[in-house]
Amino acid sequence: MKYLAQQAINALQLGSIYALIALGYSMVYGVLTMINFAHGDVFMLGAFFCLLLVALVPVPFWLALIVVMAATALLGTLIERFAYRPLRKAPRVSAIITALGCGLVIQNTTLGISPYARPMPRLLENATYQLGGITITMLQIVIIGVSLGLMLALDFLIRKTSFGMAMRAIASDRAMVSLLGIPANEIIAITFAIGAALGGAAGLLYGMAYPVISASMGITVGWKAFVAAVIGGIGNMRGAVLGAFILGSVEVMTVAVLPSTYRDLISYSLLLLILVFKPHGLLGKPALHKA
Amino acid sequence: MSALLETRQLTRQFGGLRAIGDLSLSVHRGEILGVIGPNGAGKTTLFNLLTGIYPPSSGEIFFEGRPIAGLRPSEIARRGVARTFQNIRLFRQLTVIENVRIAYDSRLSCSPLGALLRTPHAGFCERESVEASVELLDLFELGSLAEKRAGDLSYGAQRRLEIVRALALNPKLLLLDEPAAGMNPSEAMQLTDFLRWVHGKFSLTIVLIEHHMQMVMALSDRIEVLDFGVRIAGGKPDEVKGNSRVIEAYLGTEGELP
Amino acid sequence: MMDGIKKHFIPLTLLLLGLVVSAVLPSTGLVNDYLQFVLISVAINAILCVSLNLVNGWMGEFSVGHAGFMALGAYASAILTVKLFPTAPTVLLFPAAVLIGGCAAGLAGIPVGILSFKTRGDYLAIITLAFLMIVKSGLENIPYTGGPRGMLGIPRLTTLAWAYFWCAVAFWVIRNLVYSKYGRGIAAIREDEIAAEAMGVNTRTAKLVAFVTSSFFAGVAGALFAHQLQFINPSSFDILKSTEILVMVYLGGVASLGGSLLGAGAVTILTQCLQPLGTWRMVVLPAILVVLMLYRPSGIMGYRDWAWLKPFFSPTPRSKKKKESNTTEGPQ
Repeated sequence: MKYLAQQAINALQLGSIYALIALGYSMVYGVLTMINFAHGDVFMLGAFFCLLLVALVPVPFWLALIVVMAATALLGTLIERFAYRPLRKAPRVSAIITALGCGLVIQNTTLGISPYARPMPRLLENATYQLGGITITMLQIVIIGVSLGLMLALDFLIRKTSFGMAMRAIASDRAMVSLLGIPANEIIAITFAIGAALGGAAGLLYGMAYPVISASMGITVGWKAFVAAVIGGIGNMRGAVLGAFILGSVEVMTVAVLPSTYRDLISYSLLLLILVFKPHGLLGKPALHKA
Repeated sequence: MSALLETRQLTRQFGGLRAIGDLSLSVHRGEILGVIGPNGAGKTTLFNLLTGIYPPSSGEIFFEGRPIAGLRPSEIARRGVARTFQNIRLFRQLTVIENVRIAYDSRLSCSPLGALLRTPHAGFCERESVEASVELLDLFELGSLAEKRAGDLSYGAQRRLEIVRALALNPKLLLLDEPAAGMNPSEAMQLTDFLRWVHGKFSLTIVLIEHHMQMVMALSDRIEVLDFGVRIAGGKPDEVKGNSRVIEAYLGTEGELP
Repeated sequence: MMDGIKKHFIPLTLLLLGLVVSAVLPSTGLVNDYLQFVLISVAINAILCVSLNLVNGWMGEFSVGHAGFMALGAYASAILTVKLFPTAPTVLLFPAAVLIGGCAAGLAGIPVGILSFKTRGDYLAIITLAFLMIVKSGLENIPYTGGPRGMLGIPRLTTLAWAYFWCAVAFWVIRNLVYSKYGRGIAAIREDEIAAEAMGVNTRTAKLVAFVTSSFFAGVAGALFAHQLQFINPSSFDILKSTEILVMVYLGGVASLGGSLLGAGAVTILTQCLQPLGTWRMVVLPAILVVLMLYRPSGIMGYRDWAWLKPFFSPTPRSKKKKESNTTEGPQ
């Protein structure tokens, strides 16, 4: 029982990080119906930005978080502006390929600069607490807490502000929105920025939790979050969070029972399985359209 | 006269929208049936149901006495139901003759392996497909454009090509979805003569969706009127013309009954 | 068929000549080992490129999983030559191994093809990505084939002649397919899948034919690859490898046989020239992909091909001889 509870906390931690990244994928898919393959590498850069920042100027945790989120937000906006916006009218295939290309450019540039995995310096003193026989660390509390906080903030933004309403409008009918005088380009740019910022935060948190980071993280971790988003139903915020916690739990359980090399196999097989039975993810809805 | 096509209580829902409700009609062999109604009446949805693009929510469809609801569109096409589309849906990047050959090829039996290894049988199929398609194109004065990209053709030629392509299926029933769309009245009347000629030459049964009232009145043996997915009237053109419900449905919209 | 041989006399003789040259060249000492290696790589990449082009170019889908099929072919053939029949005579063993590699990959193409019936675009991309990851991760967990370390000591059976031969076969078969009922059906799916169905194209059969043919030849290429490098491991067949093949397709030209050859040649030579850059090489390739998408998404020879590749008969419309009216407006 205690063992399960311990694993549950691990799953919560991993799931929270996945959720932050997955939300970025879903937000972008919602407004542009494109898969932002580069998002995983933005997450990876979040970790590296943090590394760079802390190496230059020792800053406290919360400041690092803000700076990293700002930096990745900027990066996300730039990618959208120069790589995706020109392709708005192009067939979807072009956009996906460009995203893939951008992601790989980012990954391999980082790899070129830092070919080896790097340790992440400590940003927090890691206290441990005992709760009825279960060990929980300060780090885990921070990760889960910050993630939750950011998710709630995003939820508020989407459902209670006019920006959020505009975002949802664009997701529904992009052409119509600009006819109504809503600056679609700006809203889309901000959506990207927010998604990227969340990804960056996830990168920082991930680096703190599993303190060795490498350039291939974008694919090994970032794409898992993508799997999570698809499992939940890509384009759907609640789905992204749901999928993230499902995947986190599955991965934690897999590693507990099988050798760790099975993790990717199980995760991607789960994805395929769900897509076979629910082609649009668990919470996704197929687009109803008259031919 | 036997019913070539028959629907019984055909219904199609899209979420909360009932595009077609409880529609029962029949098309008799050899006739030209006009289907009219205001925009959004469900006419194209009807065509999509008949050609199997999506299945009915309930109800049945019979072609030549056999049920076809739920069959794949390619199977229905092979059984003899061909159509054109409201917005021309040619294979734009492909050549004119390739467009026709694709439809014609469905009549040929050539196995994938034969195609991959280019067996003599596959070669014969290719030859037959080319010759038959050229013949068909020549008939419609499109032969000289055979190697042109379909997307490069003039609007009128594209509309003609769509009909030729449909005819390459050797259909018994031809569904035409607004073939005169975008044409002025004189062009529409030319199309009327053309369609009459096609009807006779290929011994077809035709169902025609159109907004050009003169054309519908001139061509159709019978007319069915739809509004909000439901049949509101039907009969000979003269009967329908004077029907008050029909006039009411059209009031305020384009397409005055002449 | 004699008709065809007459019309195709020149290309056929050139093809045979090529085979003879490729068989004889290595022993003449005119071409050094490195150049041979590059030429073989071009041939293998050409097979990969034209087979991916079938799905991504002609059918207009987006498959990212091609390296996965390649992996299956590589491993299946290597198992045959290394584990099962290490002492068999190579002149029989190698073609058998390549065929088995192709079949293994081709079989895997069936479920992927079936999954493509109901999904298009983004979702198919996701499915093929999942397939790639599953193959890679699956191979990492099979101790029989060396797990993550891979297989060593694969005999060097890929000669220039064999590479050329299989390349010619791949191009010939895919050319046959493209200029056939199924090929046109595949192109129709790209243009307008619903209209294709309405015009009698059995899209399910067409998609299966495309995926199985495509994956079969990816497997063939994988087998050749394994017996050239003599060493394979799961990370040789990751997303980077798939990206490399994608660049070949979108650079050379989508839906084009000539374009496939061009793209394969260009990328192979480019990767060789960029060798001194080390890992930075892998920045250039995806960057090219991005630039292509922004400025010339259909590639150099997109949707066009050399005329002599077409089958021998061409339509001679009677109205062309009768009159030269070619801008007829409106209906008759």
